[in-house]
Amino acid sequence: MLPAVLGPPIFLPFYLKAVRAGFPSPADDYLDAPIDLSRTLIQNAPATFVMTVAGDSAIDVGIFDGSLITVDRSLLPRDGDAVVVDVNGERSIKIFRIAGGRSSLAFGNRRYPDYDPGRDAQIEIFGVVTNTVRRFRR
Amino acid sequence: MTRSFALIDGNSFYCSCERVFDPRLRRRPVIVLSNNDGCAVARTAEAKALGIKMGAPMFTIRELCKREGVVVFSSNYTLYGDMSRRMNTVYERFASDIEVYSIDESFLDMTPVAPGQRAEMGRDLRSTVSTWTGVPTCVGIGPTKTLAKLANKIAKSTPQLRGVCDLTSDEARREWLPLLALENVWGIGRASQAKLGTFGCKTAADVAALDPKLARKTLTVVGERIVHELRGQPCIDLETVAPTRKGCAVTRSFAGRVESLEMMQEALAAHATRLGEKLRHHGLATDHVTVFFHTSPFDNGPSRSVSTTVDFPEATNDTLVLVRSAKWGARRIWKSGYRYSKAGLMTVDLVAPEFSQRALIGPLDREKSGRLMVALDACNQKLGRGVVFPAAAGIARQKKAWITKFDMRSPRYTTRIDEVPVVGKA
Repeated sequence: MLPAVLGPPIFLPFYLKAVRAGFPSPADDYLDAPIDLSRTLIQNAPATFVMTVAGDSAIDVGIFDGSLITVDRSLLPRDGDAVVVDVNGERSIKIFRIAGGRSSLAFGNRRYPDYDPGRDAQIEIFGVVTNTVRRFRR
Repeated sequence: MTRSFALIDGNSFYCSCERVFDPRLRRRPVIVLSNNDGCAVARTAEAKALGIKMGAPMFTIRELCKREGVVVFSSNYTLYGDMSRRMNTVYERFASDIEVYSIDESFLDMTPVAPGQRAEMGRDLRSTVSTWTGVPTCVGIGPTKTLAKLANKIAKSTPQLRGVCDLTSDEARREWLPLLALENVWGIGRASQAKLGTFGCKTAADVAALDPKLARKTLTVVGERIVHELRGQPCIDLETVAPTRKGCAVTRSFAGRVESLEMMQEALAAHATRLGEKLRHHGLATDHVTVFFHTSPFDNGPSRSVSTTVDFPEATNDTLVLVRSAKWGARRIWKSGYRYSKAGLMTVDLVAPEFSQRALIGPLDREKSGRLMVALDACNQKLGRGVVFPAAAGIARQKKAWITKFDMRSPRYTTRIDEVPVVGKA
């Protein structure tokens, strides 16, 4: 007898009916893997980080307090993208704006005053927000 | 086709991982401590500049860290392991053959890349890893693994190279090897340095110029290999498939000190539980286990360091057998009156259980034990490590005395949904 050894889990297709000598299930030839949301939310795994949002500074673009976000570091930010950015060592969410070769950052909330990081602020974009996940009925 | 290897590794890797998730750490001195917060095992350039040495015990630098505002972390191997995995995923886009040499170093096969384009590829690799993961790296390139390792050292210590050093050409090696002291050569430890010193060897170039036969006489076949490798003749190939583990150990320092046999047996039972998990995970078994414990060299009391090996009638990876043996071994060498600081279990010569001899007398019921262990592992995999364990390993209330301390560990930002970074408004 061999002792059993656990390896990584192997996912096998789930057959809808017991195997019997008889009429095969018409669904057997159409089996798909179950939907895996992470494949939809994460395009580039080694460059993607999950974070939690605190505050309402980006609600105009649909990013709410308490939501999860996926942040992809491999993307170049485009005009209108929500980005996670480090300004003088503080990490926050801002909207990236670029017009006529000049880029700037803005709050994603109309009720906030205009965002001004100051002239010699140290600014570094951490990554581009690609999705948010809001969970109801926790 | 001349071979070519690249060695890429993270700069102050553990500290760099911490910096990715906390922007306030940028430009501040940061150190990461070994298990149990014993000594500094990673230091940023700023911390090195303050004179903090590799392996410095925490109690010798505590005051300095307070005074200079050094940020101190307990090790967070869950996080570093995940970042390491991400980096290796990036490497796969650049090379088809990769050897993960350690948590922060990998060898890449650069043979298919044209010699003139290797340095540029090294720069692309570096910038991609930095952009995608946030971890800064250095790349060393050479016709042998030893030269790739050496090139990596040069890249690390020469800022104007911007993180990449290529020792592919003879000219580059003639220029750099005379500038590198012996201790920079992969495989030359302190003992070998002393021996080589007697021949007047001071630099990597001196070693490359040695007669291989003489090197073999003084430093065994390993030394001979180093000479050939430094001359650009590869003797060590890429190990893309991890070799079967030859040994396995579980050791921990105690958070406090252990003075009773019961407490020691409990700690060792917990180690045995982990050892069983490790063996089963690798599909291996062992026919013996070595139990050891000792006092701390930093304590003032009497010192003692002992070990004993317990043999089994046949190879096994059954946690219950390992626990029984560990407890029995501990009783055999136990002596009261000492404050023990560390205990562990070790085993060498691991075998695949199906190839091991069955005992003639009192064979283990492998079928029953196998089913029990599968159930045990399945529970712990589903519910989290340590949910189901032999009672011998103690229960939480008592465990406090000997489990590993993680006082200053950062969150496991990338592997636990309830520990991901929080981003607010600023």
